This record gives sequence, C-alpha cells and structure tokens, in this order.
Amino acid sequence: MSAGDKILETVVRETTVQIKNGDGLHMRPAMQFVDLASQFDCEITVSSGRTEADGKSIMHMSMLAATYGTQLKIRAAGPQAQEALDALRELVEVRMFDEPPPKPNENQPQ
Amino acid sequence: MKFDEFVCFEATVPELQSRDRDGAIAELVSALVQAGRLPAHAGAEITKAVIKRENEASTGMGKGVAIPHVKHAAAKDVLAVVGQSTAGIDFAALDERPVYAVILLISPLKNPDRHLQAMENVFKHLQNERFRKFLRQCRTPEMLEDLLKEADEHPSW
Repeated sequence: MSAGDKILETVVRETTVQIKNGDGLHMRPAMQFVDLASQFDCEITVSSGRTEADGKSIMHMSMLAATYGTQLKIRAAGPQAQEALDALRELVEVRMFDEPPPKPNENQPQ
Repeated sequence: MKFDEFVCFEATVPELQSRDRDGAIAELVSALVQAGRLPAHAGAEITKAVIKRENEASTGMGKGVAIPHVKHAAAKDVLAVVGQSTAGIDFAALDERPVYAVILLISPLKNPDRHLQAMENVFKHLQNERFRKFLRQCRTPEMLEDLLKEADEHPSW
C-alpha cells in the first residue's frame, strides 16, 4: 500500500467508558461532552446499549440518560479519532465532568 | 419514565402571559403551587433557583423547546409542568430561536437517576418532528394531556 492510499482510509477507534459522577450524564455534563467532542475532526457515536446518540448533538446526548455506573461505548471515525477518544475518556472518567462521586445511599435501586 | 408519571397535567399553562424567560418560569412554578404540587412557601425560592441555573447555561436546546430544571427538597419525586407561548419566548436558546414550549422540571435532591429517566423521555420525544409539531399545536390542557399520553403509549411513533 502506498502512502497515498493510507490517507484515504477512515480511522475508526472504539472504547468503553464508565460514568463515575453521582448525578450521571445530565444536561450540563452532556454539554461538556458535546463541546469537547465538537473540537475534533471525526464523527462520534455514543451508545448506551439501548440508545445510540450523535456525540456532537446535545439533544441526542441528553437522551442517553446515562446514570452512575453506566457503560458507554464511544466510537470515533475520522482523522482525529484517537485524540477524541483520549480526551473524552479523560472528561468522563478522570475529570468526572468536574462533579463528585455519588453520596452514600443516594442511588437507590429502582 | 412515562410523561404520565411526572407531568402535572392540572398545572398546564396553555398560553403563558409572560413574554420573557424569567416571567415564564415564575408562572410555571406558580401553576405547580396552585395545583398543590409544591408548597407555597417554596415557590419564590424555586423560581430563583431555576433562573440561576438558566443563567449558567441555557436549557433552550433548540427546536423551539426549553427544559429549565432544578433540584429542590420540596420535590418528593420528579415533577414537571408544561407551558406554551404562541408568541415565543427568548430563552437564549442554542439555535437562537424563540421557544414555544417550556417544560419545567423539578427534581428531588436524592435519587438523580429519576431525573435522568425523565430527561431521557423528554428528549426522545423531542427528536420526533411530528411530536414537536403536535406539541406546538396544543391549545388547551386537555390537548396536551392527550398528546403526552398518546406518546406514552407509542414510545416510537
């Protein structure tokens, strides 16, 4: 394969992240996610298993209802796929959307 | 979570008198107080808290709908009320367009999952163009109740 062919390939990367802040992916974290995702040159799809959302659309991301502990599969396709996944993982799992973990007994089973 | 589980239909405001965001929020909180779903003494404080939250980032997500919300101890479970405006209200929405339906959501301090489940339901239906069109056409509390119950019964219409 020549170097020219490689440029035309779409880079696709996938990872799974877990929601670690107690309040889950409510509107403000969803906006942080969309703002960050939008900075990268790639398409981003986020799946909760039940629902699939465009990672760059706030209306879509708000519909995921990802509660504390939910695993989200993030798929990025495009030149900056890997950078996008690294940054989004940092936001969700390390920075935890700048929010605290759950308080004890807060998330009662439904 | 179905609309029927968290929307207070008795408090629906079919035509908001206010033309501005803060006035519309106050009207919707009052409607919940009058319907007996929030204690009267908490009304002013809740209105203030919703406006404060709205000032941090607009909940006008586009498509003519805003979903102002706040957590408050007065709410025992997630509680919502819908208000409509044929004239449109400036909610500083993301798409910079006026808002024709305001869905105010008050969530309890505990159990954040309930809040997310209510939001999930609201946004799933708002994706649907037909739902948004029908929502804008509702002129009476009865029409709105019919629409939301219809949506509950046909989650993917």
